[in-house]
Amino acid sequence: MIPVSYYLILSAILFGLGVVGFLTKRNLITIFMSIELMLNAVNLAFVAFAYTWQVLSGHIFVFFVIVVAAAEAAVGLAIIIVIFRTRGSLNVERIDLLKW
Amino acid sequence: MTAEALLFFLFAGLAVVGALNMVVQRHPIHSALSLILVMVSLAVLYLLLGAEFIAAIQVIVYAGAIMVLFVFVIMLLNAGEEERTNWSRLARYLGLPVAVTLLLEMGWLLYRTWPGETFVEADRFVGRTAAIGHLLFKDYVLPFELTSVLILVAILGAVVLAKREL
Repeated sequence: MIPVSYYLILSAILFGLGVVGFLTKRNLITIFMSIELMLNAVNLAFVAFAYTWQVLSGHIFVFFVIVVAAAEAAVGLAIIIVIFRTRGSLNVERIDLLKW
Repeated sequence: MTAEALLFFLFAGLAVVGALNMVVQRHPIHSALSLILVMVSLAVLYLLLGAEFIAAIQVIVYAGAIMVLFVFVIMLLNAGEEERTNWSRLARYLGLPVAVTLLLEMGWLLYRTWPGETFVEADRFVGRTAAIGHLLFKDYVLPFELTSVLILVAILGAVVLAKREL
């Protein structure tokens, strides 16, 4: 028998690792994957809370999060392809047009 | 230790190891494969929490469709190892502290506001697909229809962005 709080702690750990990846990685695709990891951590928290209060709305929210993540992945990866085509690199430190 | 506890600790451990590996690896394809491991482990945890439908779409949509897209783009761009550059000062001084602060904050909130412990038992609460369908097409029908518009716009945007010239 596992308390629900264990699931929430796991969710917090995964979210923290996603933040670390997002802030420390230099590759655009890996940064994007860190965002997906954070979304997954939030989904786990939603499902755990849905279990705690025995309501299905949490599952519906996870469903919508997954739909939005799919749309975001399609558009984001298209943007990454365009950036690679114009700048020839995926390193975020080379993408500095707006920096002065 | 019951079978459920064993499953939880096995797949929670796998998820954490996969996430750590994703952050540590330098090659994007290794990170992507680690992320797939995390997602599949999370699908098992969803099943333990009685979210059958969510577990299925986690595997089909996340581990299946989205990660295939990622791996495909990594292949397409022939992305090599991450270059070793000096970390930006912001990332060096802000990265770990921000993550640790967030983690502590979440832990503290959980500790303070937890309204008594609920234990996860099998079959106490199951999110059947039929029940989710009823809810989705009655209470949440407007957001559901809006997501179809969102996906249509996303498809158009992806095509317009990725195509060289229309």
